[in-house]
Amino acid sequence: MSKEAQKEKSMILQKEMVEGLFSDLANAKELGKKVCYTFIPGNLSELIRTFDMLPVYPEINALQSAMRKKSAAYIKEAEKNAHSEDVCTYVKCDVGMLMKGNIGPTGQKIPDPDVLLLSYTGCFTFLKWFETLKREYPDAKVIMVHTPYQENAEMTPEMTQYMVKQFKEEVIPQMEEVTGVKYDEAKLKEHLKLSAKAEDLMYEIFQTTKHKPSPIDAYFAGVYYIGPINIGFRGTQKAVDYYEELLKEIHIRIENGQGPITPEGEMKEEKYRLVVEGPPNWTSFREFWKIFYDMGAVIVASSYTKVGGVYDLGWRHDPERPLEALAEYCMNCYTNLNIPQRIDLLKKCITEYDADGYMTNSIKSCNSFSAGQLGMMREIEDDLEVPVGFIESDLVDPRYFSYSNIKNRLESYFQMLEQRKKMQEEIV
Amino acid sequence: MKNIDNIINKCKQYAFDLNFSRAKQWKESKEGRVLVGYMPIYFPREIIHAAGAMPVGIFGGGDDKQIIKGDAYYQSYICHIPRSIMEIALDKHMDHIDGFIFPSICDVIRNLSGIFKQQKIGKFVKYMDFPQNFLPEIGGVFYQQEMKHVLKYIKELNGVELTTEALNHSIDLYNKNRQMIEQIYDIRQEYPWRLSIEDVYSIIRAGTVIPVEEHNEILEQICEYIKQDVGTPQDKIKVIVSGAFCEQPALGLIRAVEEAGCYVIDDDYMLGSRMILGDIDSTSDNPLESIAISYIKQSQFSSSIYDVHNPKENRLAKIVKDRGADGVVFAAASFCDPSLLDAPIFQNAFDKMGIRYISFQYSENINQYKVIKEQVGTFSDSIKLWEDEPVVV
Repeated sequence: MSKEAQKEKSMILQKEMVEGLFSDLANAKELGKKVCYTFIPGNLSELIRTFDMLPVYPEINALQSAMRKKSAAYIKEAEKNAHSEDVCTYVKCDVGMLMKGNIGPTGQKIPDPDVLLLSYTGCFTFLKWFETLKREYPDAKVIMVHTPYQENAEMTPEMTQYMVKQFKEEVIPQMEEVTGVKYDEAKLKEHLKLSAKAEDLMYEIFQTTKHKPSPIDAYFAGVYYIGPINIGFRGTQKAVDYYEELLKEIHIRIENGQGPITPEGEMKEEKYRLVVEGPPNWTSFREFWKIFYDMGAVIVASSYTKVGGVYDLGWRHDPERPLEALAEYCMNCYTNLNIPQRIDLLKKCITEYDADGYMTNSIKSCNSFSAGQLGMMREIEDDLEVPVGFIESDLVDPRYFSYSNIKNRLESYFQMLEQRKKMQEEIV
Repeated sequence: MKNIDNIINKCKQYAFDLNFSRAKQWKESKEGRVLVGYMPIYFPREIIHAAGAMPVGIFGGGDDKQIIKGDAYYQSYICHIPRSIMEIALDKHMDHIDGFIFPSICDVIRNLSGIFKQQKIGKFVKYMDFPQNFLPEIGGVFYQQEMKHVLKYIKELNGVELTTEALNHSIDLYNKNRQMIEQIYDIRQEYPWRLSIEDVYSIIRAGTVIPVEEHNEILEQICEYIKQDVGTPQDKIKVIVSGAFCEQPALGLIRAVEEAGCYVIDDDYMLGSRMILGDIDSTSDNPLESIAISYIKQSQFSSSIYDVHNPKENRLAKIVKDRGADGVVFAAASFCDPSLLDAPIFQNAFDKMGIRYISFQYSENINQYKVIKEQVGTFSDSIKLWEDEPVVV
């Protein structure tokens, strides 16, 4: 395996997009742009863009801090300020970063919010997080959108209408007030058209893991692939261009029979195909990934890449029903699905992507994902007779990433997969 | 006095009965009766009552239930209540309960509703999504739809069609219930020695697992009793306990706080039974709307309700002032996201306001309180002995 990191055109495109966004944020005042803090699940990118605002995603700041090895100090800062050891480390990392001057990943200060847009999808901690931020930014306008949970595995017309009413009577008027921009539905529709295009492309990209070998890793590389669609570029031509380029590159890999690109070059042999549930660990992301690719394990599908929207089941933003589409989008994010829906989706992935195993990365910080994962795992194991694995880590708190423990567990798991493969070959 | 002791003992039996025997007895006494279990924090029990069913509060296994199966469902870093609820469900303590309601509190309780669905526990499982939009025409309408969904499930079981009269009657009963509970707290504010917080807690909790009519009779007697000049004042400070609204501390811990030198003159242990402040309109042609409006406009603050328009720290500070409390004891269940995430908000504000507080964490099954007792005792002493000095905690 080559040790040199390979940069493909899509990677360069993404880097330019992200740098551009942070540069715009650093110059938001000069550009006359209002700044909207919001979250990835249920993000209303198209609406934010319709009002010419710039988005900031606190959880992205947190994970970027972790990858830059700064999260430990930020978390410590928050814990000194009465934040418990036992709560979401994204929140503490973000609060700590704020207390240390709110310097973003590009070294530039992230501007204070004009709007705290809480679309509150699938995670109660978001609600608490923005209550905390509101106290830090008393002048920011708080815009709350309550997204009903798909408790009965459905989005009813009543649920959609509840959200649409919130958009019409609360969100849009308040955005108009803050930005001074009049709501332009035609503009929103244009953004939504581009969203649907990007969603089609992203769906196609994640479908390519059905090939053997899989040309991509749908978890470790997948988190990069979902970047543009999730951090404010959904609804733009830039996102469409990025995904077209990425898909083109992946098709070339398929034609050449190549496996995924890793930080150490191309993965040569695909030994195990896995579906992973749960977010990754960000503090030791590279080391974590390396354990997998060193063992020839590729992730063919992951629930985490669906956290900013589930496109597997055919749903797309419909520009002809703009506000309804935004409502459905929010309700349709992965953690807003009930536990049986999540199980069904994971089972579908395991079956359709011909996975050898199912792995849960249980995150201490994230009860939205973690609470219920053991029951989900048991049902998947029983129904599909697929070997399941379970590891524990955290999002951005390095104290909860134990490399040796995780490596030992994974090695045992891969041995089990190997044994099972041998047995299956013997039977054949 | 003996009568009161008997009532309180009976309440303790009801409150901590993991077989929910009184509810079972109620159900069995007439064919077609339905029991509906609900988890913390709050659920409008009026609608269940009006639909001919009985609401049953499910607050976990406490320190009475050994957890074996429940641990297989929840990681070590998740609070204790979902695993004890799973344990009592899988041990068939709740087999006579027909349906289960999971009010929106946090991600853990929400996902527990999914595990109940997955395990097919009960004839229906409903995650009750309380509105976070507080406009009557938006959030209020959505809330009514949620209540109708619950009523549909109950009707499928007992065939009872809700009537305006029945719901207004139920609202009256629960209004009376809340009035009497508040009366107890109001009297205890001045005379906390007349009835211990342990007893108050047991009496209120009993009300979640017995018919409201019976509970109102009990409360009437308790109110009469507490109006009398009974008990002996002790040299204790007065505190508010905040943050213990879902997973409940063991009764021993509730007792320990008071024994350590703090009269608990207000708390959120049984927040659901006290959630609505004041009466709900029981004269309306649309009582579902009245319930919805009461939630939107008359709710106590809660860690599960987005609060930016009415900050919780100010509301708790007002309770401290109105009750004449000396300080606040923040008690959070371990790994309780809503309570723990609120802690910095309260504590930073109280530092600025000069309100004294301490905080500790507990789990429903801990029954060693020595450290907490020492902590609370020190807090009490620091206020009693150095009242004029700034308190450093």
